[in-house]
Amino acid sequence: MALLDIRQRTGYLFVGLTVGHIVLISAQVNTARGVPVLEAVTFGVFAEVQRAASTAIGSLRSSWTDYVALQEVRRENERLRTEVAQLQVRLQQERALAERARTLESLLDLRSEAELPTVAATVIAGGASPDFRTMTVDKGTADGVRADMAVIAPAGVVGRVITPTPRAAKVQLLIDRNAAAGALVERSRAQGVAVGTGGELRLDYVSGTADVEVGDTVVTSGIDGIYPKGFVIGQIESVERGQGAFSAIVVRPAVDFSSLEAVLIVVAPPAASAKDAAQGPRE
Amino acid sequence: MKAVAVLIAIALALALQTTLARFLVGGTAAVDLVLVVVVYVALTSGPVTGMFAGSLAGLVQDALSSGIIGVGGLAKSVVGFVTGAIGQQFIVTAALPRLLIFLAATAAHAAVFMGLYVLLGLRSFPSPWAAIASQAVGNAAIGMIAFTLIESLPGVVERRRMRRRL
Repeated sequence: MALLDIRQRTGYLFVGLTVGHIVLISAQVNTARGVPVLEAVTFGVFAEVQRAASTAIGSLRSSWTDYVALQEVRRENERLRTEVAQLQVRLQQERALAERARTLESLLDLRSEAELPTVAATVIAGGASPDFRTMTVDKGTADGVRADMAVIAPAGVVGRVITPTPRAAKVQLLIDRNAAAGALVERSRAQGVAVGTGGELRLDYVSGTADVEVGDTVVTSGIDGIYPKGFVIGQIESVERGQGAFSAIVVRPAVDFSSLEAVLIVVAPPAASAKDAAQGPRE
Repeated sequence: MKAVAVLIAIALALALQTTLARFLVGGTAAVDLVLVVVVYVALTSGPVTGMFAGSLAGLVQDALSSGIIGVGGLAKSVVGFVTGAIGQQFIVTAALPRLLIFLAATAAHAAVFMGLYVLLGLRSFPSPWAAIASQAVGNAAIGMIAFTLIESLPGVVERRRMRRRL
């Protein structure tokens, strides 16, 4: 009876719930440092659900392709895809090497940045809300993954790890509104910051007088300490030189985020790699 | 029993949102399946259930996203409450009113969600109109299909039974 009485006071309930949410939001905004416990626990639990759902869907997809489509063609296709992916990663590394040679960086730096220690991971889920561009991968702290590690794909930069759990990790995509990376225009070396806009990227803080053209390739500059230098971010789609000090530049991401299935997590930050190289060459 | 059904519907929507949405709409996920479930629950069960369903679904969605926990919860509980209240006050069984409610619910959700983030100075949303419009259309389409399927299901089962008897 008492419960029925409370249910009839929907207005009070609504106000109470709203106040509860506001208190919750306020607590986080004022004091949150790092990942909130609630977020980490919920994500850790739900990552297992996502893993199960992904496995179920993966099994359905694979059984369909295995038994209905031509098996040999599929195998050859998979092999060729892997080969292409490896070659593209190699191309990225070669591009990074060539660029560093042009800018006369030291040999030790070259070696350390070209040989990136990576962990291959499979994408098991997309973002839970369309307002945040995130995805979940099947590698976590048990595989050496830590927060703020860069995530790359053969085509270019994907994003960074934000919430690692033992068996999974949440990755913030570079196109998320809260994401950014140090960037430079490969041809002219004009520096800026690539900022996510939800679907594309914006190249901020590039001088209005800088030599920037549509079609130029934008690569990571490495100054953020997260993304290794020389990896492709995207290509410039439009440049507007206004009256301000900076140009308004839109960048089309190199990575097709809708078809991402496997990624590489750079398990050593660029700073650590440089330190390793300074200590001597690796065997 | 109803609470269990609502929980299952929310969990299913979250699982679908995270696993299938990225394959469906070019990775940009122009639909919010969780919001569709909240609106459906609110229209069929009233403002209190809609509010609690929205609150729970939004909180879980917040926790799984990288945002502030509570913003989505508040936005969805407001949408659940208001939608449920409208559903109680007006007749919304025809297709057009339902379509309008899904469109308005998406717009209201975006207004509260984005408004809170902008108010707190945590995110900026330059020219979000196209994204909101596409999400409203996507949500409305899926919501209408869901209503049609769920409402026609008992009739289909009954007709099959009748045919078997004949």
